[in-house]
Amino acid sequence: MAQTSTLDRGGATPSAPARRPTAPRRSRGLPAWAVPYALLLPGLLVIGGLLLYPLYQMVEMSFYKVGLRQIRPNPRPAEFLGAGNYTEVFRSELFWSSLRNTVVFAAVTVALTLLAGTLVGLLLHRLGRAMSTFVVVGIMAAWATPPTATAVIWKWLFDADAGVVNWALGLLPGPLSELIFGTSDWSGRPWLNSPATIYLVLVVAVVWASFPFIAVSVLAGLKSIPSELYEAARVDGSGPVTTFWKITFPLLRPVFSVLLVLSVIWDFKVFTQLYVLAGGTTNREAFNLSLWAYTEAFSAPPKMGFGAAIAVVLTLILLVITGVYVRQIVRTEDVR
Amino acid sequence: MEHVSRVLTRGIAGHSVWRYLLNSAVVALGTVLAGSVVALLAATAVARFRFRFRTTFLILLLIVQMIPAEALLIPLFLMVRRLGLYDQLLGLVVVNVGFTLPFAIWMLRTFVAAVPKELEEAAAIDGAGRLVTFWRVLFPLVAPGLVATSIFSFITAWNEFVFALTLINDQGGYTMPVALGFFTSQRSTDWGGIMAASTLMTIPVIVFFLLVQRRMVSGLVAGAVKG
Repeated sequence: MAQTSTLDRGGATPSAPARRPTAPRRSRGLPAWAVPYALLLPGLLVIGGLLLYPLYQMVEMSFYKVGLRQIRPNPRPAEFLGAGNYTEVFRSELFWSSLRNTVVFAAVTVALTLLAGTLVGLLLHRLGRAMSTFVVVGIMAAWATPPTATAVIWKWLFDADAGVVNWALGLLPGPLSELIFGTSDWSGRPWLNSPATIYLVLVVAVVWASFPFIAVSVLAGLKSIPSELYEAARVDGSGPVTTFWKITFPLLRPVFSVLLVLSVIWDFKVFTQLYVLAGGTTNREAFNLSLWAYTEAFSAPPKMGFGAAIAVVLTLILLVITGVYVRQIVRTEDVR
Repeated sequence: MEHVSRVLTRGIAGHSVWRYLLNSAVVALGTVLAGSVVALLAATAVARFRFRFRTTFLILLLIVQMIPAEALLIPLFLMVRRLGLYDQLLGLVVVNVGFTLPFAIWMLRTFVAAVPKELEEAAAIDGAGRLVTFWRVLFPLVAPGLVATSIFSFITAWNEFVFALTLINDQGGYTMPVALGFFTSQRSTDWGGIMAASTLMTIPVIVFFLLVQRRMVSGLVAGAVKG
């Protein structure tokens, strides 16, 4: 009664008579319908307790004023503000600059990541087996590098005095620098002071760390396309660009759309690299939404309700994007 | 090399780098040990059984992965304090288990589904109970996938920055990423030392990654993209 139709049919076969007496013991266990739920239970408890319940608490908290008095021992009850935190968020100039930073950064980074990843994926497909493995391992090592280390390495490369970038720029002729920056030479250029150049370095660092995953996914997709299609295209005299847009892209469209949404989600909530590159929470003009929420909630004086309201706005934006992703996954894969 | 030995002996912020590496290792291993058991059970449920709410659960897994960690940080911070786990590595382990689990289940279920069902049916015919079948038949065959998934969780927990930054106050409890961040902000010109510390933090990740890269890359791609 416990297992499958095979068991019912096979249970009477003489091949396993000796073990047969153990069968009734199983009936003392869970009924068959309850097994999957029992297996899921620990996972559901973890997800419920550590992700869903805090999510609910975050929304609730965003309607209250939660500060130092509320998080100390013997807390005072929090003051209910209604939508007060949200009005303050939308009125704040920081909201608009953070939103702009978040969106522009995500748009630029996603475009460059997908472009670089696709090109490298196409390259990997043309390489021989050994070389392809070698390059995959090499680029995935960049992907596996801890975000803190990534940020620190790029911070060093772009350092005003000790950085390789300024040293390399110093090899260029001086008048060119005057043309672009209006300074007489290249040395000592501080990349990590103003928000615009912080984000420039951030884009480079994040693209460097995230294009390998795109490349490997595109490679996996390319391997699934029958080579006859490409042969037919070649016979018909199609060039590489036409072949890509007429064959590769349409066939890999589901892969690309999932990668696009995943990249948008990842780049929307980038935190660690920005925190390190911007040097903590002091450079307010360089905030994105997650760094702003973090700063409001955790630097003195802590305004946790206000921080929660910012986090709710960020989460809502991400949920809309996630909706697109989930629809795509449901369409391309059997979650049923 | 002189920078490495200097960072190793003199350390950062009054503690040896070994201390931070050990803290990171404790957090990452604890996350993997607790998380992989839970993930394996749940992955078996979704890959092997058809039941009501199965689709709902899978969609839930997709959605919760998108919640930004910084958003849940505020309630989790208060929760960890209330539980008396503030400033303790155990608190970090608990939070990391929550954040690595959805993807671990998602990735592991493809490995479970790849094991032919007939093997378990054969074991059942031979009279093996559910537990025996799970332990003796399914588990050994899923073990490589479990290793790949565990290493992914390990790397995620090892690299994790924002929880470690917020939930640990005492410098002796810093994990390596936080120690590195601290070091970078304190002595921003000691690039030799900073690079030495980054290298020490990155080496274990790269080594683990190289050990399982083939299986992990295919599992990752299958987990994230099924085109």
